[in-house]
Amino acid sequence: MSEKKILLMGNPNVGKSAIFSRLTGAKIIISNYPGTTVEYTQGRIAVDGEGSIVIDVPGTYSLKPTSRAEEVAVELLKEGDVIINVVNATNLERNLFLTLQLLEWGLPMVVALNMWDETKHQGIYIDVEKLEKRLGVPVVTTCGLSGEGIKKLIERLHDAKVLQRKKLSDTEKWEMIGDIVKEAQTLKHHHHTIFQRIEEWTIRPASGLVIAGIILYSVFWLIRFVAEHLIDYVFGPMFEKLWLPILLKISALLSGTGFLHHLLIGELVDGRIDFGISFGVLSTGLYLYIVMVLPYLFSFYLALGILEDFGYLPRLAVLADNFLHHIGLHGYAIIPFMLGLGCNVPGALALRLLEGRREKFIAATLLAITVPCMAQIAMIIGLLGKRGGQYLGIVFGVLFLLFIIKGIILNKLLKGTSPEILVEIPPYRIPQLAAIFKKLGLRLYWFLKEAFPYVLLGIVLVNILYALKIIDFFSKIFMPVVTNVWGLPKEAVSALIIGFLRKDVAVGMLGPLGLTTKQLIIACTILAVYFPCVATFTVLTRELGIKDMLKATLIMLTVAFLVGAILNIIL
Amino acid sequence: MLIDITKMKEGQTGIVRDFIGGHNFLERVQNMGIRKGKTIKKISSHFWHGPQTVEVDNICIAIGYGMAKKIIVEVPDR
Repeated sequence: MSEKKILLMGNPNVGKSAIFSRLTGAKIIISNYPGTTVEYTQGRIAVDGEGSIVIDVPGTYSLKPTSRAEEVAVELLKEGDVIINVVNATNLERNLFLTLQLLEWGLPMVVALNMWDETKHQGIYIDVEKLEKRLGVPVVTTCGLSGEGIKKLIERLHDAKVLQRKKLSDTEKWEMIGDIVKEAQTLKHHHHTIFQRIEEWTIRPASGLVIAGIILYSVFWLIRFVAEHLIDYVFGPMFEKLWLPILLKISALLSGTGFLHHLLIGELVDGRIDFGISFGVLSTGLYLYIVMVLPYLFSFYLALGILEDFGYLPRLAVLADNFLHHIGLHGYAIIPFMLGLGCNVPGALALRLLEGRREKFIAATLLAITVPCMAQIAMIIGLLGKRGGQYLGIVFGVLFLLFIIKGIILNKLLKGTSPEILVEIPPYRIPQLAAIFKKLGLRLYWFLKEAFPYVLLGIVLVNILYALKIIDFFSKIFMPVVTNVWGLPKEAVSALIIGFLRKDVAVGMLGPLGLTTKQLIIACTILAVYFPCVATFTVLTRELGIKDMLKATLIMLTVAFLVGAILNIIL
Repeated sequence: MLIDITKMKEGQTGIVRDFIGGHNFLERVQNMGIRKGKTIKKISSHFWHGPQTVEVDNICIAIGYGMAKKIIVEVPDR
């Protein structure tokens, strides 16, 4: 408790995370949309030789929270010792409202006037000395992305002080802000940049939808193109040429049989190791993880990073608003869904951007049931895609249809209405290559770290469960549903069990079963909808509460049962 | 002439005069920078009572249709 806590606070999308990253060297996700940070992150710096904790607080417009992310901000404020109030210099007036609220809170404070570089392009001139005088606390100009002004910000943390001043009403605050801005800021006329013009096109309904269509199509094409090439020309050959010989040696060393061989290498197919079928930890385990899944995650996160940093996601949210209203959500719900396509865990965390319990519940169940993660998508493409692209179309088409139907039904059944969109749309910014790759690296590292143990554990577990005949036991219990209703072989039960752990491994387990195309379609769809993986389940339970999570689980199981049955009948 | 935001034409500018709504609504909208006396420019309006996008102080904001109906602006008479 002796360490000082420095809080980085400010409106959403003013660059708190960029400054945090500069201050502490900690690696965190930075994007160009309001609400990137929904949970706090902390790091350390030394001020005057003393260690301090810096906390990157989720953005908030005021100290009266309207969403979970904002609540987090206010809770953190209660534990802080010093505040760095990050202010967007291109939008002084609105940002100062929180500044005045924070001043009244009674903690020593410094103001970081961030995005200072952008003021010049926008014809905004701010007299920093005057501003400092009026606010009564140090004001430092910064540029979080380039790192300008960060050193000075740390230096001036000494001068952070508490201001004794009578509390103002909201109206009085706005009046005061009006005075300050009039005194300290001058605006010059500036011409519309080409970006601003593009901005308008992408947000008008007709041109916006066309552009969105082109962008999304290109993104999907890019993801698949990059991933397939990485698999075919880099990771695939690497495995065949470098890894296979080593595995063969290990296999020979273990004389090709026994439990350990089974666990590490798996079953030999015609005396050979088959990466898709053998199912040992070192064979299929690594292959699944590195060759089949990693390239897709790489290309997906690359594309997502570009869209995020460019600032396109909030525009997509506006365009999707209409559609999402029919399923009880507003446009900004597109953010958890987009993130969820990468991995459901960050998607589930981003549910905090939504205001009400009703909305959160709808979005959470939709996420868990109809938004498969990239690892799972990669496996489905790898397995089912070989039989023909049209079959992929069926699986993803069914998921999309479920998204709509389930959303409409929940929207009708649940009491109340969902709130409307109210969101700031940031200006477009040219993504910096270094920043994009840094973020990509961070996300892949996170995936490798979080998922790797589970993938290996999953495969070990499959082998152990088989050896102990536990899978047989479950197969018998669930056989009526699995074989009679869904038309799948009873061995598919093992995939459903492992699916709790990792969905990608579960899909991979379908490989050796020799399923017909119809069975494969049904199994892939059921694996996507029946239940989230354990990591997502944990986060969702925390975000929704146990009661709502039980309801959600019931919905998932019912949907899985029905979808499997219907597909079995109509296909 | 006083109209609500949904009635504004694309590219039209007006001055915010009034809000018809509760305390919470007022607070959220004001936090975003939409306050009485502010100049507001309509950027676009989406189909079927979709969101309205406006520009205030150089910031672009998307507002749901229902909320936009509750924000009254003064535009020059034709």
